[in-house]
Amino acid sequence: MEKYAIYVPRLVNQAEKFAPGHRACIGCGEALAIRQSFKALDTNVIVVNATGCAEIFASQLPLTSWELPWIHTLFENTAAVASGVEAAYKAMRRKGVNLPENTKVVAIGGDGGTSDIGLQALSGALERGHDFTYICFDNEAYMNTGVQRSSSTPFGAWTTTSPTGKKSIGQFSWKKNMPEIAAAHNIPYVATATHGYPFDLMAKVAKAVATKGPAYVHVLSACPTGWRSATDTINRQVRLAVQTGMFPLFEVENGVYKMSLDIPQLRPVVDYIKTQGRFRHLSEDSIAQIQKRVELEYGKLMEKAKHGSEKTTQRKSRAGSRKISAG
Amino acid sequence: MATRIGVEVSIALADAVKLTNPDVIAAYPITPQTHIVEHLAELVAEGELDAEYVPVESEHSAMSACLGSAAAGARTFTATSSQGLALMNEVVYVAAPMRLPIVMAVANRALSAPLSIWADHSDLMSVRDTGWIQIVVENGQQAVDNMICAFRIAEDQRVLLPVMVHLDGFNLTHVVEPIIMPEQELVNKFLPKNRFPLPLNPDRPVAMGDFAPPFIFTETKWAQEVNIRDSGKVILQAWDEFDKTFGRKYLPVEKYHSDGAKVLLMTMGSSGETASVAIDELRAEGMDVGQIRLRLWRPFPFGELREAAKDADVLIIMDRAISYGGPGGPVASEVKAALYNQDKKPKIVSYVISLGGRDTTVSGFKDIVKKGIEIAARGSRNEYEIYGVRE
Repeated sequence: MEKYAIYVPRLVNQAEKFAPGHRACIGCGEALAIRQSFKALDTNVIVVNATGCAEIFASQLPLTSWELPWIHTLFENTAAVASGVEAAYKAMRRKGVNLPENTKVVAIGGDGGTSDIGLQALSGALERGHDFTYICFDNEAYMNTGVQRSSSTPFGAWTTTSPTGKKSIGQFSWKKNMPEIAAAHNIPYVATATHGYPFDLMAKVAKAVATKGPAYVHVLSACPTGWRSATDTINRQVRLAVQTGMFPLFEVENGVYKMSLDIPQLRPVVDYIKTQGRFRHLSEDSIAQIQKRVELEYGKLMEKAKHGSEKTTQRKSRAGSRKISAG
Repeated sequence: MATRIGVEVSIALADAVKLTNPDVIAAYPITPQTHIVEHLAELVAEGELDAEYVPVESEHSAMSACLGSAAAGARTFTATSSQGLALMNEVVYVAAPMRLPIVMAVANRALSAPLSIWADHSDLMSVRDTGWIQIVVENGQQAVDNMICAFRIAEDQRVLLPVMVHLDGFNLTHVVEPIIMPEQELVNKFLPKNRFPLPLNPDRPVAMGDFAPPFIFTETKWAQEVNIRDSGKVILQAWDEFDKTFGRKYLPVEKYHSDGAKVLLMTMGSSGETASVAIDELRAEGMDVGQIRLRLWRPFPFGELREAAKDADVLIIMDRAISYGGPGGPVASEVKAALYNQDKKPKIVSYVISLGGRDTTVSGFKDIVKKGIEIAARGSRNEYEIYGVRE
């Protein structure tokens, strides 16, 4: 293990694109995931940022954590702004304007800015086929405004607008499946990732950005403030989300599904749920209900991935991302 | 030699945009703006215009894509109308403080409800305080010319502000007018290349759109205000230079037989020409009337307006929008504010006319002038008059 501690950091780009000193909460999974994501890129990048936690904690006038060209305008329009930047570069380059080689546009937003208010703009930009990457850092509620529910909040979770009560279980609906919505646009690359598996995340972001055309990466990011969880175990929490099947890691490359992780036997969801105060009110029945749903959804995904691997074998196409082992 | 040809104003406007060699056009269709963007899409499809046409999924995304494009340093155009302008309202506000020199044509149209596709200025007034420079034209030639001026003004390093050119829907967009298309060589001479000073560029990273806590917010807003006020002289220079290059002159407040006239009719937009015919006829009848037309809505030309109105006893102001439950016509209300502290000022009569595409004819304007003079003499209990309404 000690050797790993010395060796592993050397695998990562030492340059910081997202500098320290910002105002994120202690144990912010999003800040960590952003740092990892942009360390993965060795190409020229322009960042388009939706309103949200990351925009607020890292860009207060006259300061910024961004060492990359960065623009924020509004909440729900990030994918549209990114499409404008991409179109501008395309036109100017064609007309002979001297621009840095291989400049890629990366749009980032939270789950609210992506799966709720920004869904239309995102759908439009994916459908039009702009050459850009959209990364959703999903902390499963409107954390910036004080933990209100979004369509990405998991069933049963407490938030300030899905409070628990005599007549409420908390979040009353099932988490919106954004990666599948993105994949339904038939874009060349969709992936899920989390900061708990940093090398997987970095490989996927690098792959997404290298993809010609639209790419979408959905990153589960722990929020101890909103999840009512410990600040020093965020990586363990999100790894449990993966290992219980609540947040499966997979890729959809040109329509072919691939699981990123071998999990011979899913852990029970309660292992994940018990790490967080937002689920503390859930009864055994409710947890059983979640267990059933997770197994159903995971089964559907595995089925798609099975067909995917059959297709891959038939075509003898190039190998996908290497599988990683459960940690 | 430039020749005058009969052409639909929307087509001519799109051709004028082509002459400016834009890099990105992001637009969403809405009546009566459609012919403008259709023709631009056609020019791009035929390879006559080398630009990216981004067919966005809403007006909100149209203006958002324009923000991204302009921030990257590209010359950027869009066009919209009415509900489209209302939907993109949030984004329209962002362009000016971020100093993004976008140019937008607005085919002015009523706002719902009830649904109306026809012209008035309720959409125009909905974006009054967005910080954009706003030019209001009254015929096709002015639309064409000001499209070219708009890019020059917007991209001027002393300005760097977005510019809206308003033209009345249908009354202007869908009519065929005799128009002189400016020559490409002269446009190239008049309109320098876009040199946005701090574009999004990995070679020189900038952060655009940081959030501002209270200790700095007021300063950002004051900078914006100083910026647009100071743009006035650049606009005058651009129009002056345009006159020297193309031989057509524009002014913030344009006068028609107004010097020394005791009664003035004030218009903004396409009704101006009809009103001018009424002025001709009234003067032929021996009345001492003139007309002033507001060409520049923002920055508001306080000095020019005061100068134009200084000798008048009566100023009758036409509006094509209502500020509900308020002072009535927004133009009249601004003019009143501009003149209130003057020692000598005319009596002001505010008229709301031509809502949702209803025509006010030559005889209508004559009627308005005559009634306006009476109202100025005897006073009125109304905050404003509405012309031709059936009660």
